[in-house]
Amino acid sequence: MLKILKYSFYDLMRSRWSYVYFAFYLILGIVLLFLNTDLSKAVITLMNVIIVLVPLIGTIFGVMYYYNSKEFTELLLAQPLNRSSIFLGQYLGVALSLSMSLILGLGLPFVFYGLFKSNAIWDFSLLLITGTFLTLIFTALAFNIALSNENKIKGFGYAILLWLFLAVIYDGLFLMSLVLFEDYPLDKLSLFGTMLNPIDLSRTLILLKLDISALLGYTGAVFKKFFGTNFGLIVSIIMLSVWVILPVFRMLNKAKKKDF
Amino acid sequence: MVIIENLHKKFNKNIVLSGIDLNINEGGIFAILGPNGSGKTTLIKSILGMVIPNKGTLTVLGKNIKHNSTYRNKIDYLPQIANFPSNLKVKELIKMIKDLRGNTLEDEHLINLFKLEPFLNKKLGNLSGGTKQKVNIVLTFMFDSPLIILDEPTTGLDPISLIRLKELIQSEKAKGKTFIITSHIMSFVEEVSDEIVFILEGKIYFKGSINELKTKTNQPDFEHAIASILINNHA
Repeated sequence: MLKILKYSFYDLMRSRWSYVYFAFYLILGIVLLFLNTDLSKAVITLMNVIIVLVPLIGTIFGVMYYYNSKEFTELLLAQPLNRSSIFLGQYLGVALSLSMSLILGLGLPFVFYGLFKSNAIWDFSLLLITGTFLTLIFTALAFNIALSNENKIKGFGYAILLWLFLAVIYDGLFLMSLVLFEDYPLDKLSLFGTMLNPIDLSRTLILLKLDISALLGYTGAVFKKFFGTNFGLIVSIIMLSVWVILPVFRMLNKAKKKDF
Repeated sequence: MVIIENLHKKFNKNIVLSGIDLNINEGGIFAILGPNGSGKTTLIKSILGMVIPNKGTLTVLGKNIKHNSTYRNKIDYLPQIANFPSNLKVKELIKMIKDLRGNTLEDEHLINLFKLEPFLNKKLGNLSGGTKQKVNIVLTFMFDSPLIILDEPTTGLDPISLIRLKELIQSEKAKGKTFIITSHIMSFVEEVSDEIVFILEGKIYFKGSINELKTKTNQPDFEHAIASILINNHA
């Protein structure tokens, strides 16, 4: 598996897109730091970008990589390697190179700005951790979609739909259900609903760490009571891990039964 | 060497193989023939574990291949269409396969044989079809495996390379290796193969030597014998 990972990683590192992605975060980080004197405000702006962009890039890149490396995969399948290690290697190659672009691209400008002397270091680390989790989750989902669809156009279509659903439509439905059932106590339900969507979960986790939960009213207080504690943090990290493990598991299972 | 029992495979509703029983003995060259879409490649890919059969068992070199990948160490496979990652150089691809399968020194001799030196630093995406096929042949023959599977090995080759390929096949055969070959070039099949299997509509229609086929179909030459099977079954 490590050899496959090495070649996938190397392959991606040679492609222009990894650099474009890296450069984008580098510029974003630098611009935000120069326009904002307040580090924690820069973190909030970054969060808004990351929460939407990381899943999108993870999904598109994952689907694109799978379809583009079909020949490579077929070459590997005829070698004495088992399928799990081929696909796990490729998946980790994509997910890790994307995570690296994110962490280095954002990390470098912040380190030069003097992050280590600032109090925002924990908020910033949490941001990078959730960003990495989101990359792992959405790349795995993308591989699932690509494995299940031979047709590229269909695969891309489903991938974009999935991203749109989790990033935008889910929130809309969620909000509508809150308005519809506003006469009932909704704190438990909204907590539960947030847990089920990795994008919402990441956003809530970061927002509440940033101490602006007072803006969120009563529900905010409930959320703060849950996510603000170590218990809430651990449960959230576990939920994000489940979101990584389940798609990876299905991916490997699907790959074992597929014909090439 | 390879034992196939009651192999069934369908893609969605399209039945490709329906009950193949085949025993391929050690040593010699074994040709799998059949019209387009008769399931030759599917059969080969089943032996390689790339296609998962719906029913049936496959035993390669005494091992059931289900949930197994190590047996492929004993197989060299030449895929039908040489599609390689296009942004890799020829040299890098050879190095990578060696890294994955273990080192070998045969590659230099083969590169020399097929005159590939000028292409070593070129990217695979920029090579012509015939040159890609030569790279494909080098990758296949550089390991010393007892079973060699060739899917349409002659595609795109010029006459000199074709002669080299035939010589290569004969010299490997002399070492006691087993070949499974598919091809649509009947003269090539007639020249190299010891035994043929004819697949028609997912079943084995004929298995035996070329002379037996000629007697069975009452045709003087091999090409007409094959053609007569196709005409009698499709007209």
